[in-house]
Amino acid sequence: MNGIPMELGLLLSAVLFVLGLIGVMVRRNLIMILMSLEVMLNATGLAFIVAGSRWGQADGQIMFLLILTLAAAEVGVGLGLALQIFHRFHTLDADSVNEMQG
Amino acid sequence: MIELLGWVPLIPFLGFLALVLIGGQLSRPLIAWVGVGSVGISALLVSLIGFEFLNGMMQPYQLLLGSWMTIDDMSVPLGFYLDALSMTMLFVVTGVGLLIHVYSAGFMESDPGYARFFAYMNLFVSAMLVLVLADNLVLLYLGWEGVGLGSYLLIGFWYEDPNNGYAARKAFVMTRIGDTSMAIGLFLLFTQLHTFDIQSMMLRAASQWPIGTLLPVVSAALLLGGAAGKSAQLPLQTWLPDAMAGPTPVSALIHAATMVTAGVYLIARTHGLFLLAPTVQFAVAVIGAVTLLIAGCSALAQTDIKRILAYSTISQIGYMFLALGVGAWSAAIFHLLTHAFFKALLFLAAGAVIFCFHHEHNIFKMGGLRKAMPLTFWSFMIGSAALSALPFTSGFYSKHEILLAAFEASPVLWAAGCLGALITGIYSFRLVFVVFFGAQSRDVDKGIGWRMSAPLLLLGILALFGGLLQIPLGSVFPELVNSNPDHTVNLVSAITLATPILGLLIAVLFYLTGTFSAQRLANNGWARPIWQFFLSGWGMDVLYDSLLVHPFKTISKLNKNDVVDGLYIAIAWLSRKFHHMVIMSQTGLVRWYASSMALGVVILIAIGWLS
Repeated sequence: MNGIPMELGLLLSAVLFVLGLIGVMVRRNLIMILMSLEVMLNATGLAFIVAGSRWGQADGQIMFLLILTLAAAEVGVGLGLALQIFHRFHTLDADSVNEMQG
Repeated sequence: MIELLGWVPLIPFLGFLALVLIGGQLSRPLIAWVGVGSVGISALLVSLIGFEFLNGMMQPYQLLLGSWMTIDDMSVPLGFYLDALSMTMLFVVTGVGLLIHVYSAGFMESDPGYARFFAYMNLFVSAMLVLVLADNLVLLYLGWEGVGLGSYLLIGFWYEDPNNGYAARKAFVMTRIGDTSMAIGLFLLFTQLHTFDIQSMMLRAASQWPIGTLLPVVSAALLLGGAAGKSAQLPLQTWLPDAMAGPTPVSALIHAATMVTAGVYLIARTHGLFLLAPTVQFAVAVIGAVTLLIAGCSALAQTDIKRILAYSTISQIGYMFLALGVGAWSAAIFHLLTHAFFKALLFLAAGAVIFCFHHEHNIFKMGGLRKAMPLTFWSFMIGSAALSALPFTSGFYSKHEILLAAFEASPVLWAAGCLGALITGIYSFRLVFVVFFGAQSRDVDKGIGWRMSAPLLLLGILALFGGLLQIPLGSVFPELVNSNPDHTVNLVSAITLATPILGLLIAVLFYLTGTFSAQRLANNGWARPIWQFFLSGWGMDVLYDSLLVHPFKTISKLNKNDVVDGLYIAIAWLSRKFHHMVIMSQTGLVRWYASSMALGVVILIAIGWLS
């Protein structure tokens, strides 16, 4: 476990987070946005794991469990919303569902 | 009997209430009975009280009816104070008031507002009685404002004509300027002396304030402002000639005999304060002297019978101010008394002329009334003689006393007074000669009933012999110091005596025999502008119009759209603009929200990092 330095783990997590963020920002399909969000959540989870293993504490893994639960709930709600939007507008394009503007 | 003092102002007030509440249902004779009767009962009470008062060696009597208001350490009692001064005023107000009420019952006979007229008149009399009886300045101020209200209501009595309403408002606003000054003076006196009671106020002022220091000067000057407003003295005199828009009995009662002399009464009442402020007292004399000259000259040029009398009233009150200013307090009150008689007489006689001429006011459209209206003619003769102080009329005694006292103080003031007396002689007999002599211009088709002739008769007697009355004011005022009783006084007396007669002669030459023509003089190149100047009352109205009214109107016009509101409207407009700008950021695009959130986080982290 000590083979991999913490910096690399954190770097990987940061790269994953930024990739996820870019996905959220550039993708228009709601499903893809949700998937990118999952990537971001998992990137933070990875950061907790890396930090937990660095100091040899279980807190990091407990946090990851919490994030997993959160992600499951988020996907449940998110997919439900996506389904509703598809029913109403017959599209999954996030930009065309912009009726709530000032 | 003297305990019934409280009823004296109350009864006319009850008359007012009765006429206001059920006046519409009463028949005309009943209205007259209520209106005249209430003042009559008051006058009866006053004469009984006066009898007892004179028997009781004129001991000042204070009657406490209760407490008006008590706030912290300030208490205003509802109290009346009777001394020789207020007794004299009581006689004037109820006596002359009663005669004028009787006269009004005939004069206003055919007016639709009969009940309203008597209601207002009773209200006025009641307020005037409160004014003269009040033992403290707040109660006096109540009466002061009450008579102002009565004056306003009665000037605008014929309110269908907008001009009358304008005259009423003008009188109200002009006197309000003085009243405000007086109220401030009242507050100043209270904060310094901690009492409203006039007698103890004068005592405290005399013991606390050295003569000529700032506080007595300022407070006396503020009271003088109030007095000048009410008594139509310079510079607040312009309302009185316009106040002639009211019915003639009103002019006789309010704008000649009683209300306009309230200023004189106020200064006499607070003479202790004025003695502490010699500069202000001298200012009173100067105001009086200047006013009597200005008003006298204006009276020379008028053609409206009532305006002549109005200007002469201003001029006569100027004499009273002159007397007050030189310390001849008793002479001032004496002139107030005789003036009340002869000016009321003149106004009532003028009213009779106007009545018979169907509301014609221009004296040059009258003429030759000597035969047709003998009683009115003789009333006018007596009134004019007393007004111009011909020897042995009532006005002679009082004016002579004033002028001699003025000479003691300053020969310049005396000279102004004498010049004024000369002018008075000219304009009062000009009026008589133009109206009553010459060719009769029109037939008089209606007579005046007993209700109008009896008051004329009684006032005529009073105006003729009123000078023989001895009013014992020595108990109220300090003695006039007679500093130089030298031989010049005889000469001065002679000149003082001669000037009105000279005035009479000039009037005879111009208006009776026609030796000189006033018309030709008026059309003369250099005299014409002066004539116009006098006619307009020395251009005071024009001056005030351009100095105050027009700037005010301009500012109002500028402010028509509420300039001050602009600031608040701008704030509202600005926040709405900001609101629209923020609205534009709400696009409805989820990806934008996410991006801007990310950007915000990046910026925040960068800030945290760099700082």
